[in-house]
Formats: sequence, structure tokens, C-alpha cells
Amino acid sequence: MGLLDLFRKPPKTASVAKERLRIIVAQERSARGSGTPDYLPLLRRELLEVIIKYVNVDPAAVQVNFGRESGHEVLEFSVALPEARRAQARGV
Amino acid sequence: MAETIVVTSGKGGVGKTTTSASIAVGLAQRGKRVAVIDFDIGLRNLDLIMGCERRVVYDFVNVIQGDCQLKQALIKDRRIETLFVLAASQTRDKDALTSDGVKRVLDELSAEGFDYIICDSPAGIEKGAHLAMYFADQAVVVVNPEVSSVRDSDRILGLLASRTQRAEQGNGGVKEHLLLTRYSPRRVATGEMMSVQDVKEILGLDVVGVVPESPDVLQASNAGVPVILNDNSDAARAYEDAVARLLGENVPFRFVEEPKKGFFARLLGR
Repeated sequence: MGLLDLFRKPPKTASVAKERLRIIVAQERSARGSGTPDYLPLLRRELLEVIIKYVNVDPAAVQVNFGRESGHEVLEFSVALPEARRAQARGV
Repeated sequence: MAETIVVTSGKGGVGKTTTSASIAVGLAQRGKRVAVIDFDIGLRNLDLIMGCERRVVYDFVNVIQGDCQLKQALIKDRRIETLFVLAASQTRDKDALTSDGVKRVLDELSAEGFDYIICDSPAGIEKGAHLAMYFADQAVVVVNPEVSSVRDSDRILGLLASRTQRAEQGNGGVKEHLLLTRYSPRRVATGEMMSVQDVKEILGLDVVGVVPESPDVLQASNAGVPVILNDNSDAARAYEDAVARLLGENVPFRFVEEPKKGFFARLLGR
């Protein structure tokens, strides 16, 4: 570190890297979690294609999760609708 | 029974071959009988790092296909009595490596009385990488403190936990270790690089070694002398520590903190 560097703050990107990795690693681990069926990613994509025909949702808003609860397997599926649409959906 | 250790990473260029060479040398220096195998079929490189490229007559695929005896293909290291190299084939045939063939070679090495078999994995998650890890008892996952390397390492950890013989047989799985390379304590101190602790937390694994970024690594590959043999190198000492930890010794980490500099050294930027 030279004299001038004493006055210049270096960018602290390491914490950004750590946070990004923490999220993506957790997501990828749950996607390949033990006993998770191979078809989940494809199922998620096809469901997304169908939903987008009717509602303009963000791809990240479609969640497909596979879990086990007291002896039986649960396929959980959730779509977060955009604000305006949600209001409309309630009105129907 | 030989202990089989795969050196793997997913991402290329992080130091798998450098690490394989140094771990093999380090174990052999401690009197172990060691065979180090290059699994990167088509892209042979371990021979260069070990400095035996001109002595390759027969390779791994020749042994598997029965063109020669295993003994004819094992290249005896000229520096250490108990160290042998098995070079990768330069064939372009990706199917040259078979699971049965690899198993046969590993079993024969074990029967020949080798203590350790180091499998230098190719990058990626294709067949070569799969076969390099399949029969492993332990895995050294080489990782740089950098986003793509860490993410790919996690992918490899997933494969180690599911697509290996030990995982399939359900007998405790492969024992996994992290080895960080190209570590710069100075950049960690300034917040530019993830720390050992950060990588450890993300991947949830114990660290077996931290090798500092060092110009000695390039010098070593230029010369064909594994870096661990350099008497005046921090990287060499770090690899020796990693070998000690693999052998179950409790060794404190060196070269992970920036050395304290005096006032004038800082002022002058040295």
C-alpha cells in the first residue's frame, strides 16, 4: 500500500461474492437435494411456459419444491403473481 | 489396501495437477509408496509438471486395453524412490477409459503394495472426471477464492456425495477436503478476496490446505519440478502442511495472514 492508497478505499467486493454464492449454492443444493426427482427443472420450465401464456410473471416467481413430510412426498408449487394481476385475480 | 485420493475441482485452471503432483511427492517424501495417475485423457499434462514427459512409453489407456503390463507403464520418479507416475493417453477416443478398466488398474496397484493412489481429475463433470472420483476413498477439492470456482466445487461435492462407489454402497461416503490455492492474504485483508473462513462457510467443508499465490508455482511447472520440492517457497511449505493434515496430523495454518509491515514499509508501498 503506497502513500496515496492510504486515502483511497479499496472496493470490498469479497462480501458481495460471499452473499451471492451463499444464495446460489443453497438454491442449487436444494435443486439436487437427496431423492429429488430429475424431472423437477423441466417440470418447472414447462409450467412456467404455460403460466406465461396467461399471466406475465417473472420466471423467478415460479417455485417448484419437492419435500418429504411424515412418510409421504410433497410436490409444492407456488406462483407469486405481479401486484396488479393479484388484485384482478381476487376480483374474479 | 491402498488409499485412493481424487484431486478434483470442476473448474479448470485452479491447480489440480500442481496439487496432485505436490501431494504425491509430499506423501512419497514421508516414505509412502505412491502412484499418481493422470485421468485427463487426450490432454496429458501431469507428466510435464512431474518432469517425466520424455520418459512416457506406455500410458493409462495402454494398460487398460492390455497393450502392456502395468509395471511397464509406471514411470519411476528420479528424485523419490517410492513415487510412480501413470501418464494419460493422448488418444482422442473418449471411451478409452472404462469403469472396469480403471477398477482393474487401481486393484492391481493396491495389490502391488502401493499405500496411496492419487487420481488427477480432468476439469468438468464428464466421463474422465466421473471415473477419477468414482473409486475414491478421499477427495481433495481444489478451489480458488473466486465465485465460479466455489460454485463449481459445490457441484463436484454434489457428485462426490452421489456418484461414487462409496456413496452408492452407503459406507460413509467419500471423505472430502477443501484445498484453497492462489490465496492472497493481502487482498483478503483489503476486502477484495473471500477469506478461508468465507469459502469454508459456503461449502461447509474442512480445509486441508491453503496455498498462497506464488510465482514459485509457475517456476516449478517451467522446470518440471513439483513446487513442494522448492526449499525456499511458502507454497511448498503450505503443501507440506496439507500432506501432514491428510495424514491426520494437527498442523496450524501458515501464510493465511498478511505479514505485519513496519510504518516505513507501508509508506513506501513495499
